[in-house]
Amino acid sequence: MKTLNVSISPHIRSSNTTMKIMLDVIIAMSPAMIFGYIYFGWRALLISVISVSSCVLTEFIYEKLMKLPVTIGDLSAVVTGLVLAMSLYSTAPLWIPAVGGVFAILVVKMLFGGIGQNFMNPALTARCFLLLSFSRIMTDYPVLADGVTSATPLSLAANGQHVSYIEMLIGNHSGSIGETSAIAILIGAVYLVIRRVISPRIPLAVISSSIFFIILFSYIKGDAVTPNFIAVQVMGGGLLAGAVFMATDYTTSPVTSYGRIIYGSTIGLITAIIRCFGGSLEGISFAIITANLLTPIIEKLTYPKPLGTYGKKAEK
Amino acid sequence: MQKKSFRGGVHIKDEKDLSKDKPIKDHFPKGDIIYLMNQHIGAPAVPCVAAGDRVLVGQRIADPDGFVSVPVFSSVSGTVKSVGGHECYNGDTALAVTVVNDGKYEQIEDFVHYRDYTQMTKQQIIDAIRDAGIIGMGGAGFPTHVKLSVKPDKKIDYVICNGAECEPYITCDYRLMLERASLAALGMKIVLSLFDGAVGIFGIEANKPDGIAKVAEACKDEKNISVVPLKKKYPQGGERVMITALTKRRINSKMLPADAGCIVLNFSTMTAIAEAVAYNKPLIHRIVTVTGDAVNEPSNFDVLIGTNIAELVDAAGGFKCEPEKIIFGGPMMGAAVYTLDVPVNKATSCILLLKKNMSVPEPHECIRCGRCLTVCPEHLMPIKLKNTADAGDYGEFEKLNGLECIGCGCCTYICPAKRRLSQSITAAKQFILAEKKKKAAVKK
Repeated sequence: MKTLNVSISPHIRSSNTTMKIMLDVIIAMSPAMIFGYIYFGWRALLISVISVSSCVLTEFIYEKLMKLPVTIGDLSAVVTGLVLAMSLYSTAPLWIPAVGGVFAILVVKMLFGGIGQNFMNPALTARCFLLLSFSRIMTDYPVLADGVTSATPLSLAANGQHVSYIEMLIGNHSGSIGETSAIAILIGAVYLVIRRVISPRIPLAVISSSIFFIILFSYIKGDAVTPNFIAVQVMGGGLLAGAVFMATDYTTSPVTSYGRIIYGSTIGLITAIIRCFGGSLEGISFAIITANLLTPIIEKLTYPKPLGTYGKKAEK
Repeated sequence: MQKKSFRGGVHIKDEKDLSKDKPIKDHFPKGDIIYLMNQHIGAPAVPCVAAGDRVLVGQRIADPDGFVSVPVFSSVSGTVKSVGGHECYNGDTALAVTVVNDGKYEQIEDFVHYRDYTQMTKQQIIDAIRDAGIIGMGGAGFPTHVKLSVKPDKKIDYVICNGAECEPYITCDYRLMLERASLAALGMKIVLSLFDGAVGIFGIEANKPDGIAKVAEACKDEKNISVVPLKKKYPQGGERVMITALTKRRINSKMLPADAGCIVLNFSTMTAIAEAVAYNKPLIHRIVTVTGDAVNEPSNFDVLIGTNIAELVDAAGGFKCEPEKIIFGGPMMGAAVYTLDVPVNKATSCILLLKKNMSVPEPHECIRCGRCLTVCPEHLMPIKLKNTADAGDYGEFEKLNGLECIGCGCCTYICPAKRRLSQSITAAKQFILAEKKKKAAVKK
């Protein structure tokens, strides 16, 4: 008889792998991205392709140069590229996603040790890097497929204008490539929750806490709070996409269940501060990467209690 | 009826279809019978026969050594061939008595006779259980009489019979439920007679509806015995998990179930208690499932303790193909063996011969998905524990309650990066416990 394998238990493993999880994330992002391609035209697609290839190539070249095992097969670089493209305007120059991809993978991810080791969300950090370094280019409103330049719902609402609910749900308005259609993003969110890739805690905490704090801060400032204003805050900008696809990034969010709620609420709070008191109408990206930095301390504060150390004991 | 359960755990395909419809078959061994002296937790038994002696079925061949120890009985008649070291399934060498089976099965006088347990005192019942050599037959092998000898200041409220059989493939307890439910009910009544005011609960996983029905039928006249269906989820049959699911009480690694007013006994153990107390029959046989995708006819055997497992594999139609792994117990917590030349123990529930998907996947970097925290039935942080264990930071490991780990393997099972979490944690835990033992010994 040939030699038997005597590795220690457990002897069976689930069929889930890192690659399958990343594939699920890509599938979940596709409705929002495909809507963006249809709405903003071929240039949006081109930006995604450049962003994804930039991320994957950077990881590949870095690992080859450093003589490390090549890990592009786990698709995490593809997800980073898609998230970056999702948050860019379709009118951005083509070198923007290329530079962003290199920054995301090389500086934020690989230099800190690759997958699972970075302390900030690579795609969002790259976006904020681009936003700060090339702010004029990054904040030009995109040109729609029919050639009309238009403002985002957030800027319309800031001027006191009413924005149609239906238009926002469908995504028939200006914005970043993958962030306009609320319905498409929600489809992705439901898919991720059903496939148990993410727990709904983080997105729900982000959305509810940002609504709460935006209302609170507007009240303090003495601004009028209308239902339309709230709806625009949630669906008109990057909040939904940020809550579903970016705040839920495994590596940079807490692993504990209460920690996830605190983390999500922190993002909502920072977003509200930036939107109500800051210079930017958006703020979700900065809120997420700031909360990323708090992840280790949030985790430390929310260690779960082991089964036997609390609860009912025998009645004496 | 509402199914009880716990937080955490994993859903695994149970694979019980292979052997669940195979009735229990008696297996009469042909080759030599080997009785290991360390089948139980505690001090190994001391052989009381010598080479050349003739032994009969039911004859005591080894005496217990101290309180936490049990005797061993011969399950065949024949001549003692040798008393000496023999390989165990885990690679250790243990003292063993080897008997050449003459195939006559001559019994000692007074081998099996009915006894009215209601006429026995509590101590007599516990002594009868010890003198029958009964240990936990679910896998751990803790002497049952030690479990039942509860200090008088502790009140037992629940006697729990663990019929979860949550490990995939294993069907020995399920077949017992179908074929010998009344015996288990009798065992439960005997144990309940030891503890005034206690109620008996059979906790059975809901994937065995006919088993639940049979056991409920067997104890329908008993007011203080109930059958509770449990959600099918691994590790539902873990002792602490079971207690939490059924009674909402919680115990940790420093407590015994009795500290929470509970006694947990395996289903097979229950039937063995009934045989020992009511029929004066020592523990010389048990049900063993032989199954897996590498065996021709998966079956459930009534096996005499000491039978060589190679013989059982032959009785199950032999190998279908060359197995990759042979496992004693279930695929989640069982031990892989390297040879078939080992005997069936009192705690051997299953012999699993597996071919497919048995290669060990390469681990990757952790992606911090948090799945290991979600599935941990003890609510620990497996990934943090693994990091501290691998770094050798045992102080931090203890601070993170690493010693609470029950070794169920859910974290390793679920990990998408295929990291060997429970392996590292178990290794660190064993190291720390060994160090503590050493320190305690030095102090004495």
